[in-house]
Amino acid sequence: MSFELSLKGRARIFGDDVNTDYIISSRRKRDAKDEQEMTRFLFEDIDPAIAASLKPEDIIVAGKNFGCGSAMEVAVTVPRAAGIRAIVAKSFARTFYRNAINNGLLPVIADTHGIKEGEPIEITVTQASTFVVLGDGRIPAQGVPAELVSIFIEGGLVSYLAKHRGFAAIG
Amino acid sequence: MENRKGRTITEKILGAHAGRGVRAGEFAIVSVDQLLGTDGSAPMAIDLFDAMGFKAVHEGSRIAFSCDHYAPATSARIAALHEKMRRFAEANGIALFRVGEGIGHQRMIEDGRIRPGTIVAGADSHCVTYGALNAFGVGIGASDLAGAMATGKIWLKVPHTLRIVLTGKLTPPAQAKDIILELLRRLRADGADYLALEFSGDGIASLGLEERIVIANMATEAGAKAALFAFDEITRSFLGERSVADCSPVAPDTQAHYIDTLTIELAKITPRLALPHHVDAVVPVGEAAGRPVDMVFIGTCTGGRACDIRDALAVIRKAGRIAPGVELVITPASRAELELLIADGSLGELTALGAVLTTPGCGACCGTSGAIPRDGATVISTGNRNFKGRMGAPKAEIFLASPAACGAAAATGRISEPSAVSPNGRIA
Ligand code: SF4
Repeated sequence: MSFELSLKGRARIFGDDVNTDYIISSRRKRDAKDEQEMTRFLFEDIDPAIAASLKPEDIIVAGKNFGCGSAMEVAVTVPRAAGIRAIVAKSFARTFYRNAINNGLLPVIADTHGIKEGEPIEITVTQASTFVVLGDGRIPAQGVPAELVSIFIEGGLVSYLAKHRGFAAIG
Repeated sequence: MENRKGRTITEKILGAHAGRGVRAGEFAIVSVDQLLGTDGSAPMAIDLFDAMGFKAVHEGSRIAFSCDHYAPATSARIAALHEKMRRFAEANGIALFRVGEGIGHQRMIEDGRIRPGTIVAGADSHCVTYGALNAFGVGIGASDLAGAMATGKIWLKVPHTLRIVLTGKLTPPAQAKDIILELLRRLRADGADYLALEFSGDGIASLGLEERIVIANMATEAGAKAALFAFDEITRSFLGERSVADCSPVAPDTQAHYIDTLTIELAKITPRLALPHHVDAVVPVGEAAGRPVDMVFIGTCTGGRACDIRDALAVIRKAGRIAPGVELVITPASRAELELLIADGSLGELTALGAVLTTPGCGACCGTSGAIPRDGATVISTGNRNFKGRMGAPKAEIFLASPAACGAAAATGRISEPSAVSPNGRIA
């Protein structure tokens, strides 16, 4: 399946071990009625001012182990509801990574060291390779595993299964 | 040349469920034997299941829903979510663990749903717990749960395995919790990302099944995808008591390939704790000793079984009191565990001392129901996570420790070594 994706945006920098409760707190999940409403509370336990400054073209750039902690899918769907399309991190916690692929949010693994807050960045994902363009440099990266491309490009697992009614197409 | 190396437990279980031999690093579609959805994930999964356009689940008898994260319901909105779960469960032949029955993971084990050699997936990160029973327990998201309810399958990457060899025996007052805290200190919070852990070594034989559960449970705090214990007679008799007779345990091949091996000498483990706000910031209890505590929480899928509550009580009993000003919150992992405490008098003893008892379930663990500490409070807990805000108060400071160390803090009002508690709660 041929696949090519290019995303341009502004880097928003986060540190290591950003857990799912820092992305969106469990207590907001209890109180809020939908994901749109919860976008106001994104990253509030890191800094309550972040949510208001997030723009749909922002690309989240983080250190290692992004999305550790709980398996709760709102940690992916709330950033999605805020318009975020991609996250670049040194590494992801595995359930966050699954949830991202399953919701069409692009998880890119790359050495994010040196990327600065507010810097314009571009992510290019093709079948053959993935890289992050930064100024005049290029950082090699890991995009969507070939086996999962079909789930990702169809917008996630829900639309994939709605169409295919099973996993036969993957194996 | 075909690679003729042996396989890990993980590769064997996943291969058996993929219908072909698999190796670490490969993607596979695997069938799932049991599924769990909680009130934190099932309502969303039900919506996603509907959005996928399926009318009926693949096999209702392989699914359970638990009302545990919000137990009892904290608002009319949550009560409506419980009702939505109940209706969907009833229509599809799904088991429902109702409010008050306990934490889903504990109920899954009590119900005999966890069998060696099976794959148990659930939309909750602590599904790794089932590895204690030689099952591949794995946490998934709500979309995965919806897809698995519909198809009986999930996608996954076969993880590489890190072998953990336990040798020797613990010396009291060190407990199983201290073993996993030590392992977290060594691995760090991302040290097992994408990996399966497989526990072996002669040290396992000295650990009861409930102690293995504590260790497997917190493997997710190092990022592990699964945490499997070898099967032995202890596993067999534990399962026998839960009416699980058809055991197909899985052992690794002698030539199995591990990415690394880590050895832990149990005799060298001493009581320790994780400092706020990082589960891998683990130090000996002594390093924080003397710090006053406001709340002590004995509960969760890690440390809320009757044995844990009794271990804490045994230390409190030495002092004959709960220190003034300390709120001791007891949340049994399930109704069955609560009944054990009622039967042997432990519960009466605790409440007479002034402990606060809350509904079996997740309780204060994730700040969604149960006792929430005030901002700025110092909390010590038998639970598994201590991020900022974890228990519902963004500025509480949460220490994680064994039931014995939590008991010592309740008795003395300060973080203290479990061995240091003497009558009247003085620190010896
Ligand atoms: S007790 Fe805590 S860690 Fe365990 S399932 Fe409940 S919320 Fe999660």
